[in-house]
Order: sequence, then C-alpha cells, then structure tokens
Amino acid sequence: MTQVTVRDVWKEYDGNVVIERVNLDVAAHSFVSIVGPSGCGKSTFLRMLLSQEIPTRGEIRVDGAPLPPEPTEERGVVFQRYSVFPHLTAAENVAFGLEVAASPLLGRLFGNRRRAVLEQCRAALDAVGLGAACDKYPAQLSGGMQQRLAIAQALIKKPKVLLLDEPFGALDPGIRVDIHKLMLKLFDETGMTVFMVTHDLREAFHLGTRLIAFDRYKTRPEEIGVYGATITFDLPLDRASAREKGEALDELQDKVAVQPA
Amino acid sequence: MARRLINRHPGRMGIAYLGLLPFVILIFLYATGSALRLADNPGDKLLPGFPAIAEAIVRVAFTPDRRTGEIVLWADTAASLARLGMGLAVATALGLVVGIANGIIPYVRAGLSPLVAVVSMVPPMAVLPILFIVFGLGELSKVVLIVIGIAPFLMRDLQARAEEMPREQLIKAQTLGASSWQIVLRVVLPQMLPRLIDSVRLSLGPAWLFLISAEAIAAEGGLGYRIFLVRRYLAMDVILPYVVWITLLAIASDLLLRAVNRRLFPWLEAGRGM
Repeated sequence: MTQVTVRDVWKEYDGNVVIERVNLDVAAHSFVSIVGPSGCGKSTFLRMLLSQEIPTRGEIRVDGAPLPPEPTEERGVVFQRYSVFPHLTAAENVAFGLEVAASPLLGRLFGNRRRAVLEQCRAALDAVGLGAACDKYPAQLSGGMQQRLAIAQALIKKPKVLLLDEPFGALDPGIRVDIHKLMLKLFDETGMTVFMVTHDLREAFHLGTRLIAFDRYKTRPEEIGVYGATITFDLPLDRASAREKGEALDELQDKVAVQPA
Repeated sequence: MARRLINRHPGRMGIAYLGLLPFVILIFLYATGSALRLADNPGDKLLPGFPAIAEAIVRVAFTPDRRTGEIVLWADTAASLARLGMGLAVATALGLVVGIANGIIPYVRAGLSPLVAVVSMVPPMAVLPILFIVFGLGELSKVVLIVIGIAPFLMRDLQARAEEMPREQLIKAQTLGASSWQIVLRVVLPQMLPRLIDSVRLSLGPAWLFLISAEAIAAEGGLGYRIFLVRRYLAMDVILPYVVWITLLAIASDLLLRAVNRRLFPWLEAGRGM
C-alpha cells in the first residue's frame, strides 16, 4: 500500500512558472484522476511523478522516501502513444521487464527460462484480454489492444504507483467502456496507487476515487509565466455524495470544457 | 469527362512499356550512331558495334588471360568487391557504434558529435593523397577512403534516427527496470538496424564512387583500374560492358540489402496494409 505526498512543488521553464504551490497527500490505494484545461501543467505534474522531469522546488515522496531523479521500476507508466516496443511481439513486450531483471548483461533469456517467462506473460496477456494476440506485433493490434498491452507490460513489474497519461484519449467510446472495466478490475486486484491524466471528465469521475483539477488562477496575458497553475479543485469521489459529484461535474464542465487531446 | 493529367494513371502493362521505352530509345540511338560512324570509318573505336562489344566481352569475361591465366573481368570484380565489402563493413560498424552512442548518451554526444560534423565536411577525395602517403598504394588506402567517405554520413544519419526515437519508449524501458546498456541493446539497437541498412543502401553510390576513383589513381587490378587502363587505347568495347557490369553489381547489392531488411525485421512490414 503506497502513499504519495507532494510538498510545495513548483515547476519553471526558462523562468516561466508552469506549476506552483502544489501540495497533495494521496492515501494508499487511491485512484487519482487529474483534469484541467490544456496547457495547465497536468501532464507536467505527471512527468514529475515519473521523474521524467524534476521539480524546480519542493519535494515528492513515495512511502516517505524522496523520488529518485530518474524513472524507476516502482513507478509504471502508460502513455497515450508509443508505450510499447514496435519490434517486439506482445508476449515479448510483456517479457521485457522480467528479462532485463533476470539477465543484466544481455537483457534477454534463452531456452527453458525464456519459455517459462513467456508462459507467465501469456497468462498476463490473458488477464487483459489479449490471450489470442501473444505473437502479434503492436502494429498489428488496434489502438485499444495496444493500450491493454501497455498496461500488462507495466503491471508485470508490480509497480507501487501506476501513472497514466491520457491512456484512453485516442480510443473509440465503445472500446473505452471495456478498457475502463479492465482498469477498475486491475486497480482492485493490485492495491497500487494510480494517477491518471485525462481530458474526459466522465472518465475521471467513473474511474477515480479522488479527483483533482489543475487550473490557472491568474489568466491575464501579462500574468501567464509569472503565475502558474495549481490544484484548484480536490474532491474525494469515494466519499462524496451523488449531489456533491453532480455539482462538481457542473462546475468543472465550465472550466474543463472537454477538449480534444 | 476528361480527367486532369495528374489523375490519369497508366495500367500495369503501360507502366512496363513506358519504363522500358527510354532504354530502347537509348540503345537504338547508340546503334544508329555506331552504324553511321562505322560506315564512314570501319576502324572507328568511339562507338563500337554490338559484334565488337560481344567479342570484347568474350575476351575479358570468358577467356583466361595469356600472361596471368586469370579471367580479367572476374579477377577485377573480386578485387573491387573485396575492397568495397571491407570498406562498407568497417564504415557500417563505425556508423552503428558511434551513431547510437551519439544519439543516446549525452556525454558521448557532447564529446564526439562536433568532431563527426566537421569530419563529414572534409571532401574525401581531398584526403586521398594523404591516405596514399600514410597507408601506401596498397589495399588499405582504398578501404580507408571508402570508410572516410561514408562512415561520417552513417554516423550522423543514425544519430539523427536514434534521437528521433519517441522519448516514451526510453522512459518506458526505464520504468521496466532496464539499465542504459540494456536499453541500447534491446530497445535502440534492434530498431536502428533496419535504418542502418537503409542508410548503407544510400551509401552504395558514394562507396562505388570512392572505390573507382581510388582504383583509377593507383591499383594493380579492379574494375575502376581496368576501365581507366584501357581508356589509353580508346577501348570503348571494354569500357562500355564494364560500366554496365558495375551498374548491375550496384543494383544487385541494393536489392540484396533490401531483401535482408525484409527478411530480418518482420515487424517493419507487420501492420502495413491493415
């Protein structure tokens, strides 16, 4: 069970403030949906959780320990695109994380050990509904299947924290419904903490146990760059009443008008 | 309604005929020119007739040389291909290692990238005299010329390709626990190999250029050496078949590399046509 704390985090690019004064305490096994208008720094915040970027000020801790300065195994990720390796089959994509752990020099297993790992990966692919696509290359899979593969690939390492950057933004609505079900099932089974950036408010409400919104509180042109975005809205979805959720949806819909990715 | 010119497409046969037509015209023009000149002067050497060319081909390609006992064309071909192959192999290996290192490891890029950029601007033919002085007139200087001529291009091209790789893949590999070495070995290298082979295909033209230039200046055998040697006797009947033969070799090596790419990297083709 993993807690994440964010203390007074700022991010600046070339002196322009993108994010400021972000404070957040995330309880173990939370599913945090992050919404906000385009360019409000929600993806930047996710990249900082990933250590793809380093906060200019402030500190992020996972289970009390400061984040290492580079991506590590404890934090898995699924991006909107390019999350899987195009030159590996589905099973090999999932096996990657296990193979590099078992073989430091070649990053690859052979013979019986490889067969055992691939067997394990088949089971993992079965669990995300890709059992029949083990030997296909990503380019042969549909968008939804590729994202299922990316999820299986990340989960095989049993990360404490899973980071999702608009993972379902490019999928058709019907396919989204299925993958939402899968995501909730995996969330319940694993006990990990999930952060998901999304443009889709309904998705944010449906999946999240907690909803946070990023926004700028100063929006005059001369103020952009001097003031950044911060958390303007924070709702515990798992404890909120239906009425609170309804009001929140109304309020956010004005600000976070659903925008194409 | 009549379609615009840009919307009209020739059929399958049309494409074949239209593609062949320029070749037929060229051969016809040559034959006419040759016949006219030969009618004027039966001893003309500039545009030899097809029988004379056939005779020359039999002489160089199928008859052992009286002094050496070798068949000249095959000996030349073997010598040239050995130089070309060696030069390409060394350049490819250098291009792969330096290109990937420059593309992926910031400290290597900072140290090596400016050097590669400058070296790639040096006209290779300008350093040929230096190569002859340093490495002598033997095989080494010719191989080194090919390497100097194409390795910088391969390095820079591969560096650009490596840098173009989606950041997401490198991040993802790190979250799966891969080290820098494992990322290079299992993520970058396999995706760079087909690009490398494509770049080598583009380098074949320059490689032949450097090979023939070096052979023309100093060699004791080789395709380039031969055509420059017989030039002294205006032996067009030998030069023309040699040029055609070199062209065929270049086409064959291009096709071979393309087949290698398709064979070794099935994931490139996978998903096309979906």
